[in-house]
Amino acid sequence: MDLKGKQVIIVGERDGVPGPAIEECVKSVGAVPVMVQTQCFV
Amino acid sequence: MDHPVIRGVRFFMAHTPGLVRHGSKPDREIARDPEVWESIKSHLRSFDDVVGYAPHQVLLGNRTPESLAELDQPWYENVAREAPRNGPHGELVSEEEFYGLLKAGDDFDLLWLDEEFAERSRELLVKHPRVPAADLEKIVGVPPSQIEEMLDDSEKGAKPLQLRDGSTIGLIQHGLLEDPSLAPDILLENLAVKATGTMALRLVMDDFSIAPDQLQYIIGSGEEAIGDRYNRGGGNLAKTVAEAAGCIEATGSDVKAFCCAPVHAMVVAGSLATSGVFPEIAVIGGCSLAKLGMKFGGHLAKDIPVMEDILVGFAVLMGPDDGVSPRLRLDSIGRHTVGAGSVQQAIIEALVQKPLENMGLSFTDIDKYSTEMHNPEITDTAGSGNVPRTNYRLIAAIAAARGDIPAGNDARDEFVAMHGMMGFSPTQGHVASAVPYLAHALDSLRSGESKYTMFLAKGSLFLGRMTHLSDGESFVLEANPAAR
Repeated sequence: MDLKGKQVIIVGERDGVPGPAIEECVKSVGAVPVMVQTQCFV
Repeated sequence: MDHPVIRGVRFFMAHTPGLVRHGSKPDREIARDPEVWESIKSHLRSFDDVVGYAPHQVLLGNRTPESLAELDQPWYENVAREAPRNGPHGELVSEEEFYGLLKAGDDFDLLWLDEEFAERSRELLVKHPRVPAADLEKIVGVPPSQIEEMLDDSEKGAKPLQLRDGSTIGLIQHGLLEDPSLAPDILLENLAVKATGTMALRLVMDDFSIAPDQLQYIIGSGEEAIGDRYNRGGGNLAKTVAEAAGCIEATGSDVKAFCCAPVHAMVVAGSLATSGVFPEIAVIGGCSLAKLGMKFGGHLAKDIPVMEDILVGFAVLMGPDDGVSPRLRLDSIGRHTVGAGSVQQAIIEALVQKPLENMGLSFTDIDKYSTEMHNPEITDTAGSGNVPRTNYRLIAAIAAARGDIPAGNDARDEFVAMHGMMGFSPTQGHVASAVPYLAHALDSLRSGESKYTMFLAKGSLFLGRMTHLSDGESFVLEANPAAR
């Protein structure tokens, strides 16, 4: 999937992959995070 | 360096199916559609089913966490009959008893019980060894007409209190109508925290022969927010519980750090004990009523019991090294620092690897890791995953990266089986975070069966919308060298 220039909504998980970690990944391939959240499902 | 000890821990559990409607998620959904309560009601468990539920028997200390791996799942279909409601690590009470305990702690007449129900509740509690006569005297009710009148007056905003079968047995009022911080649900939540924390503290003092007036300081570690509109979250549940438990020589304060507050609090308490500031000290944590029924939607969709029907409080007694009790190694504290960021590898390195390196230990020297101990039967069935297993696999991955175990799934699974365990805690937030294994760890470290246990907890700071950070803290508990 080519994420370059795409706006991305990020929902991470505390015990999995947190939002800021996903943010760094998608930014590195040129995506534009428009919302970053981490959730705790317990 | 001197190290404090953990002398004992006890858990107080209450089966509260009628209060599930006051959990945050059910409360919102029932307000949208009252029929939701009918669906939930038809999936609530009986007291016998809850007592005989294997994960609860583990928390009570009547069976080991390891024994869960040998029990066929689903556990809710393999309930033991005539199981004890008490165990070496705690006790479990019914909702009829718990409503009485809520009333006993209600110093401002916020909670009204139907007079007949209050009498029934009091009779159930009369023989309870840890409910003093002064508490029993407070369990008095009002005529049913008074409850009906109050509930019919929508301007008063009182909320009904019900049993599992839906019958109304009382109500909870506003503390002050124009103050949202004193709304009925918040006051109910705080009364439940007070009751569970108080009973857990009474249990641990009784079992370890500590008189209430011996305790000098109590640290609260729950997630409740006590206060009015000008000081929401001001807190000091610790001193509230100290008073209720008769600890007249104690004061206290609360440590706030979301789910990892209990681990922070035990480190603080251990430091205060070792320094000689407060040698007789306890850490308590009340329940999390807001989390009742949190995942009811997933459970109803699968037509399985709504299993978030349990409130839990705990109390931990700590003190200076007594040459017998397991030691909390103050040189083993792992901290998820601000600079560590939010990548899981960095978090596990900060919480596990760095403390082990400080102590000169490898990952496999730790007999058991106690992490997020949420019962997977509750979370996995509702799409929230198996949280303990995820955390154990992360620890194993870092152990492999460090060369302490071989790489690959087989070595990972072997490490998880040997150094981890299945989750057995009710999803009670801070209570489920590392704390549930503490009583079993003390038994194992005292008996010589194990030497080191690591406790690591995480906190979801980001939920408060002030930072994207999470938090975490850890410590190693070791068998007392003088007793080995």
